[in-house]
Amino acid sequence: MLSAIVFLPLAAALLLTVPAVSDRVARWAWVAVAAADLGLVAVVWANFEEPPEGRLAFEERLEWIPGVGASYHIGVDGLSLPLVAMTTIVFLACAIYALRDEDRPRIQAALFLFLQSVSLGVFVAADLILFFVFFDLSIVGMYFVIAGWGHGATAGRSALKFFLYTFLGSLALLLGFIGLYVSADTPTFDMVELAEMLPLQGEPVAGGAVLAAILIGLAVKTPTVPFHTWLPPAHTDAPAIGSAVLAGVLLKMGTYGFVRIAMPMLPEAWRAWAWPIIIVGVISVLYGALVALAQQNLKRMVAYTSVNHMGYVVLAVGVAGLVNSGTEDARRLAIVGAETQMVSHGLITAALFLLVGVLRDRAGSYDLSGYGGLAAPAPRLTTLFAIGAFASLGLPAFSGFIAEFQIFAGAIGTAPVTAVALLGILLTAAMFLLALQRIFAGKTRGGSIGFRDLSAHELWSAGSLLALSLLIGVLPRVILDVIEPAAATLAELVGR
Amino acid sequence: MSATIALWLLVLLPATTGALLCLLPRVERVAGVVAIGVATAGLALAVVVATAQPAAAVPFLAGAGFDLRVDGLSAIMLPTVAAVTLLVLIFAAGDIREGRARFHGLMLIFAAAALLTAVAGNLVTLLFAWEVMGATSFALIGFWWRDEHRVASGTTAFITTRAGDLGLYAAAGAALGGGAGLGLAELTDATAGWRDAAAAGLLVAALGKAAQLPFSFWLSRAMDGPSPVSALLHSAAMVAMGGYLLLRVAPLLESTGWADTAAAWIGAVTALLLGAVAVAQRDVKQLLAASTAAQLGFVVLAAGLGAQSGGVAHLVAHASTKAALFIAAGAWLTALGTRRLSGLAGAARRWRLLGLSASLAALALAGIPPLSLWATKDAVLTAALEESLWLYIVGLAASALSAVYAAKLIFAIWRRADAHTATHYDEHEQGTRHAGALDSVPVAALAVGAAVLGMLALPPLSGAVARALGQEPAQPGVWELIASGTIALVLVLASTRWRLPEPRWAAGWLGLELAGDRLLVRPTMRLAARLARFDDAGIDAAAERAAEGAAAIARGAASLDDSGIDAAADGAAAAAMTTARAAASLDDRGVDRSVDGFARRVWRAGRDSARAQNGQLHHYYAQAVGLLGAVVVLLLVIGR
Repeated sequence: MLSAIVFLPLAAALLLTVPAVSDRVARWAWVAVAAADLGLVAVVWANFEEPPEGRLAFEERLEWIPGVGASYHIGVDGLSLPLVAMTTIVFLACAIYALRDEDRPRIQAALFLFLQSVSLGVFVAADLILFFVFFDLSIVGMYFVIAGWGHGATAGRSALKFFLYTFLGSLALLLGFIGLYVSADTPTFDMVELAEMLPLQGEPVAGGAVLAAILIGLAVKTPTVPFHTWLPPAHTDAPAIGSAVLAGVLLKMGTYGFVRIAMPMLPEAWRAWAWPIIIVGVISVLYGALVALAQQNLKRMVAYTSVNHMGYVVLAVGVAGLVNSGTEDARRLAIVGAETQMVSHGLITAALFLLVGVLRDRAGSYDLSGYGGLAAPAPRLTTLFAIGAFASLGLPAFSGFIAEFQIFAGAIGTAPVTAVALLGILLTAAMFLLALQRIFAGKTRGGSIGFRDLSAHELWSAGSLLALSLLIGVLPRVILDVIEPAAATLAELVGR
Repeated sequence: MSATIALWLLVLLPATTGALLCLLPRVERVAGVVAIGVATAGLALAVVVATAQPAAAVPFLAGAGFDLRVDGLSAIMLPTVAAVTLLVLIFAAGDIREGRARFHGLMLIFAAAALLTAVAGNLVTLLFAWEVMGATSFALIGFWWRDEHRVASGTTAFITTRAGDLGLYAAAGAALGGGAGLGLAELTDATAGWRDAAAAGLLVAALGKAAQLPFSFWLSRAMDGPSPVSALLHSAAMVAMGGYLLLRVAPLLESTGWADTAAAWIGAVTALLLGAVAVAQRDVKQLLAASTAAQLGFVVLAAGLGAQSGGVAHLVAHASTKAALFIAAGAWLTALGTRRLSGLAGAARRWRLLGLSASLAALALAGIPPLSLWATKDAVLTAALEESLWLYIVGLAASALSAVYAAKLIFAIWRRADAHTATHYDEHEQGTRHAGALDSVPVAALAVGAAVLGMLALPPLSGAVARALGQEPAQPGVWELIASGTIALVLVLASTRWRLPEPRWAAGWLGLELAGDRLLVRPTMRLAARLARFDDAGIDAAAERAAEGAAAIARGAASLDDSGIDAAADGAAAAAMTTARAAASLDDRGVDRSVDGFARRVWRAGRDSARAQNGQLHHYYAQAVGLLGAVVVLLLVIGR
């Protein structure tokens, strides 16, 4: 079942490389395949039960490279399934959004379907080599998206910067994986086995070194300060759907690596390094928010909010390592919050990037001062962007609040000094409200004149992402029932 | 209908109807009627709920459900919120003529959030309602978005109150860390240090919403919103909820031993200073806004003193009084186009019912016996005197100021219009010169409330209120009542003869917004700009320099490749040719042998390359790095 979910888009991508397929067919085929994949995920979701510790649900395992203990091993649990679902949803929204794209739609569809396969592969992989292969292929895919469909004179350069930076990061990650492999009693790349074996337990130096390699690799991808500078240019030059996937899905591969690899496999090192991780998280929260506040380019601004939002996740997973302070309830809450934030940020930021893309499509600019009074010609865009902005700044009734409340309550309840990160939600609020004010309020001027409001496919793609955020915000049990048992397991694993 | 369902409907009906009205702008024409219908149902539901006092919860977060519970305090508050909402929406049906669907939708969501705040049983539910209330206040204050400064005022209101809201997040963390769980009633169980932190967080959050010092300035900016918004926000919703929250957590404040004293003094000082600000205003909405902060000061004082029954009576009486006055001010603004007090001369004579009702409410605000605020305020002041004489003196002075500003308002609207009056007309908006039943009827109803609700603080009702709150019955002291009533009467009568002083130092709201701007906003924006430059010129440039260094190394390697390795290869080729020529001179057996040797070398190369795939990871990794180096060089070449 999981293999079908992962490889269905890839198979479709291969078919779409046939030049005989018309653009129209390609666009609709993309939507159909993405929808079918979501349907399959819905089946998995409906039949999902949290597996016992040390197992995965919907597990599949085939021999692959037995010589090095690497196998085709995939499966899901409460930490990966929400991200798998979020990924298929974001890709479907992108397919719908791109229904009117004219620029090589067939190849674009094939490329995004390829990206969907490898992204799903990252989240279901239960083998480090498999994880790494998918992880790197996602970088390659995104490189071509930005270089091929990006706009602006610097798209090629931004794409290259993204590629080199994240690829180098992935090599650090690989180094860490090899460190885990060589120090295991029976060398293996199997994630489940490594989490049971705890290869570097009792070896603080080696464990710290391996964790450092993994953390640097993941920090680049997440990204955290100071490894984030590839993100703004990549986003600014990427097409709208490219940005949606990059922020919505690809960034999660970094934070997912924390909860899937670093924490369960290196618990002792994680606990030892908890404070540095927390500090990096807090700095990312505040620094990302402040730099976003100063941006004049709306898309860059949204890009920097990702640094801020991912900072909350890093803060929360760091707090989970402070096993000697606070209560276990608080630490578990922080992990649940971190996982919720990954899903929430995926939905909300993808929606925001899709909406911001409309500005460029209509008026050719992301410049905040180039608009004004946009609410008059574009009431739908205004409504959706305002909803997206409030969702992103953590307003209750949206998923961001569910995530951030748990992160803050858990973090502050464990380490009160982390309350300083609360300023992040104040700064993001100021930033979004000022942007709303500058673009949508006042007299209609500049790029707002003659602005065409959202068309149906733009409305439904971004709108449904925000509707899901609303659903999670009002009825969080739909997702927390899946996340909480896995988070409890992880909290225990970190405590070993 | 079971009371639990009524409780859910009380919140969900306005919330969902409001959301639908916002998202379906086609319903423009019926929006007002729909909103009034929902508000009427809401009032009925509030009465049902207040009587039955049910509780309801659904699972929400781990260890904290979405928890609604009605107790004595909320049973008093809910009908107040629902009734004021209904009357304000009746006024809005006539007053709002554009964007009705959006307006009424937002108002219903705002009201739903206020109702939910009143019944929230734990910190998650409270924060949920609390922040939705803040966000809708932004949208309502900035409702006329074509004027950018109004949206900016909404931003100021939201950012200022959210700064306070951070306290609730911190309180939730502290409650969890202190082992008390998130329930509001259980916060006192938290261990000592955590309990202090939770109390501090709640105090800050409540002071922010209640516009107490030093947060008061946002209330001045909130006056840029439509009049119905002011009427609801100041009386029974957002600002009132700040005071309400402190009444609810008064036991927690007391348990810390310092937070109650802090609340009492902040409330008393706010009542005094913002009273002075109100006296200094020449704009009717600004006067009323400052008076709201000042009157909420008495509620906060009550919470600090543990005098919840007096506090809630004052809150309810003030809701009725202030809603009446804001609706009246809004009606005059719509009719005459001015908010200036000197432009309102004769307004009470022109629209009699409106004028008389507003005057009754203003007399209540002044603290004239036997109207409501006279009794409720003295219930609080009596408790203050038991605590500290100074606290009582500050409170009494604040109460005298309320007589002064209320008298100023009454005098302004009853003064005969002169030639100068009409010059102020239409200076804020185009007036309609019309005020109808949709204006005067709600004001009259609310004025009746302003007159009689003081009974909540007097026997026999005061005993019932105290019992509902689980407190000892307490009444205002007779001497306190006489003292404050006399002061109020003397000041109001004096104002008809002498012009009352206007302290100019208080006209600008004590410079609070300016101070916030200079001390917090601007430094933050400067820091943000500086960090953004650092991000580009510092961090990013460092990364780029590193990449350039790598590229330089690659170029060096390339040139080495050309001049060194390639030359060496050329040399080797030449040498090979020489060798070949030498070989050609060898006999046939020699050639045979060299073919054999070549075959052997191929075989060996094949074996060597096979060894690379031997599963030894460091070999793989070395190859990967080599490959990466090649890719980097390749990309740098392509990327140039």
